[in-house]
Amino acid sequence: MYELKFNIEKCLDCPSQACLTKCQYMNIDSKTAKNEIIKIAQGEDSFVLHNCVTCYACEEYCPMGNHPFYLIVERQEALDCAPVPRPLIKRAIKLGIPFRGEPEIKPIDGPALNMGAFSELMPLIQGKLFENIPVISTDARKMFHYFCQLMYLHYAKSSVIKERLPGIINTIARHKPTQLICFHDECYGTYASYCPAVGIDVPFEPVHFYEFLFERLMELKALIKPMNLKVAYQRPCSSRLSPDKHLFVNRIFELIGVEIVKRTYSDENALCCAGTIQGQRVEGSRKRARELQRKNIEDMKKAGAQICVFNCPACFQTLGRIVSENGIKPIHMSDLCRLAIGEKPTGWR
Amino acid sequence: MDNILRSLADIVDETHVSNRQEELFIYSFDLGTAEPRRPDYVVSPESVEQIQAILRLANRNKIPVVPLGGGLSLAGLAVPLKGGILIDLKRMDRIIEVNEKSRYAVLECGVSQAQLTSYLEKHHPQLTHSEPGAPPTATIAGNLMIHGQGDLAQPYGFNSDLINGLEVVLPTGEICRLGSCAVGSEWFTNHPLPDINVFLGWYGTTGIITKLSMRLFPAKRIRGTGQFVVDNEELVPEILFKLTHTQMAEDIIAYSRAIPPFSDGLQHITVNIAADTEKELEWKQEILWDDTLGEYIRNGDGAYLGFTMGLERPQISKTSDYKKGGGFEYVGSIMPIEKYPDCYRIGRKISEKHNIPYTVTGRCVGVGHSMMFAWTYAFNRAEPDTIRHAKEALHETDDIVVELGGVIWKPGIYGQKLIMERLDPATRELMKKIKKLLDPNGIMNPGNWDVK
Ligand SMILES: Cc1cc2nc3c(=O)[nH]c(=O)nc-3n(C[C@H](O)[C@H](O)[C@H](O)COP(=O)(O)OP(=O)(O)OC[C@H]3O[C@@H](n4cnc5c(N)ncnc54)[C@H](O)[C@@H]3O)c2cc1C
Ligand code: SF4
Ligand code: SF4
Repeated sequence: MYELKFNIEKCLDCPSQACLTKCQYMNIDSKTAKNEIIKIAQGEDSFVLHNCVTCYACEEYCPMGNHPFYLIVERQEALDCAPVPRPLIKRAIKLGIPFRGEPEIKPIDGPALNMGAFSELMPLIQGKLFENIPVISTDARKMFHYFCQLMYLHYAKSSVIKERLPGIINTIARHKPTQLICFHDECYGTYASYCPAVGIDVPFEPVHFYEFLFERLMELKALIKPMNLKVAYQRPCSSRLSPDKHLFVNRIFELIGVEIVKRTYSDENALCCAGTIQGQRVEGSRKRARELQRKNIEDMKKAGAQICVFNCPACFQTLGRIVSENGIKPIHMSDLCRLAIGEKPTGWR
Repeated sequence: MDNILRSLADIVDETHVSNRQEELFIYSFDLGTAEPRRPDYVVSPESVEQIQAILRLANRNKIPVVPLGGGLSLAGLAVPLKGGILIDLKRMDRIIEVNEKSRYAVLECGVSQAQLTSYLEKHHPQLTHSEPGAPPTATIAGNLMIHGQGDLAQPYGFNSDLINGLEVVLPTGEICRLGSCAVGSEWFTNHPLPDINVFLGWYGTTGIITKLSMRLFPAKRIRGTGQFVVDNEELVPEILFKLTHTQMAEDIIAYSRAIPPFSDGLQHITVNIAADTEKELEWKQEILWDDTLGEYIRNGDGAYLGFTMGLERPQISKTSDYKKGGGFEYVGSIMPIEKYPDCYRIGRKISEKHNIPYTVTGRCVGVGHSMMFAWTYAFNRAEPDTIRHAKEALHETDDIVVELGGVIWKPGIYGQKLIMERLDPATRELMKKIKKLLDPNGIMNPGNWDVK
């Protein structure tokens, strides 16, 4: 079985305990942080396991690459203290079961764009930016054969990820992609961060969607017309698994001439969409999620954002309506890039 | 041209009557498993007078008459079991009046659910009616004839409880009015005259509804659906009881189905919430999810899945695709809510036996006074074996409904027989007398509600 590479020695020597002291959802001083992370590493119970909202951020905060979040999830599962109620876990586990036929495998022998479990969002990968790139997982009936499974981190189910992921990787590998451009950055996080952390082999090179978009935009630079828009960026939880790729957000914005507004809740301090928080067991979670969303959107408004740019379709689904009710237009990053090169994305007004 | 066809053409006109086989074919079956049977004539009147004339003609010649609305009630209720004249009522589709202050609409019998919905949205956005999850062409009158329930059934009850009056053409051709309209007043109430309504639920065997007054209800500006899920079916009745107690919800439905996998073995409860302001919405959500169901969330037995703006009905029709070939039929029953766990388990068992992915749904009716519980069975029209399985499953389910102490809703012939066998003898005798009195020649939708 795959084992998480977590090194308790690193924590003992750690000068910051940033994993927990920076946590935005719990107020933890560095002494308590050290105590608790060591307790967790040693398999003991900790209040952190019960109060963690699974925002993924400590994966980014840890300067030692020690995977504190993956550890928390493993311990939540071992100690049977999942943050969400049992029926939600069962539902989520069943959600990922493919049930409509086998995928059609055509070898590609080159770079491929993987829609993962978002085949229904093919309208988001249209136009010049996506010309000549073969796409896999295009059929919504079969998309769960390509589902990266990392969502189960929200459900204290590392075991499900480890059980299913090798099969998913095998399906993708049969397409023979040399590079796998991941439409969803949770897929990227899976192959670039989670797999190495638990020792699962990945026989292709994962590429972050934003790196791909940036490179394509560079090729099409002549078409770009600066957009002169003020934008806020909704950073998703999964981007905490690839902080080294977060810089492409600003690079893209610079390239297409949009101004990212100065906000309290951005980059390291970004607030999650709260989609997962609303269903958690801790008393008041639904209301807490609403309050976090309000705080987040007020912050965008105060900073003067006209547009809210989304990376993750789940964040879009959770926040899109509320954002637009507050006078800010929600848009997916790829659609924004299409606008910048003079194309009109589906449904854009 | 034969005499009957000629007489029908004289009543309507030649373009609205036919005995051509290809047209009779279309009227010979419904979506379900009922054996097809062609009518001898199909006629499409546009006025009450034409309906009167058709019924008089049929009576003189003792020809069966079958009224048809949208033909979507499944169970073969408008399949002409004994041939005869099929009256397609879709041309009688005028919305005669909407009284905004008294909240009712007077409609002709061919008005469809979707027609009323879109008319109200356009002209009276503050009003809505209790719309069933049936396809949009289903008629309001057809729904009353089977005691249907819509998406306001939870607060207000069966649609047949929501009428303010009827105009009916009796089998012998007389026009009869019920409710305040019977004394020449407006169509604003069904009471307080002596109750002689013997038409609802009769499948047209006692007369044809030509006009009706339907109660309308406040359409709040925001309407949407919240979802809750549990993995123990035993919890469903108490959760439904608690939710209905709040009186904060519109439609409340519990469902479980094998496909897609995420619903397999789990009970989802959808709750429609309406509000005029965000403040009202949040207040209702707090009472429903946090105060009423919070204990299940905290102890890990139930989960809140979120709230989606806009109304989305349970997509029962998707079920028809499980077997390819587009066939499905369900047994509906009116049940006490506490029977939900038994109904669910039995549904799974029967479906598994017949190799059909299970689909069960329970809709609260009247603040939980009962629920409409439905077991849906899909089949492929091109594969007789799957039709046989679905039929057997439907009959087994009819039997179980009776065993569980429920009442079969909109029963087909098999279910009607089961009910008749158990019916109180005095009640059966009364039905017989009513039927004899109103339809002396037994021409109306014969084969249905036959009282021997
Ligand atoms: C996918 C699906 C979902 C459904 N969901 C619901 C639901 O949520 N709630 C619900 O209540 N039903 C539901 N139904 C059942 C049914 O479609 C509806 O109840 C519908 O409103 C019936 O109307 P109709 O016009 O199709 O009736 P028809 O099938 O045309 O007629 C029903 C019966 O009444 C008789 N009849 C029709 N019009 C008259 C008249 N004017 N006078 C006298 N007799 C008449 C017919 O002869 C027949 O016996 C559903 C059906 C399907 C296929
Ligand atoms: S997990 Fe990382 S940040 Fe936290 S204590 Fe250990 S080494 Fe330090
Ligand atoms: S995942 Fe988020 S909430 Fe949980 S401990 Fe890490 S930073 Fe805190």
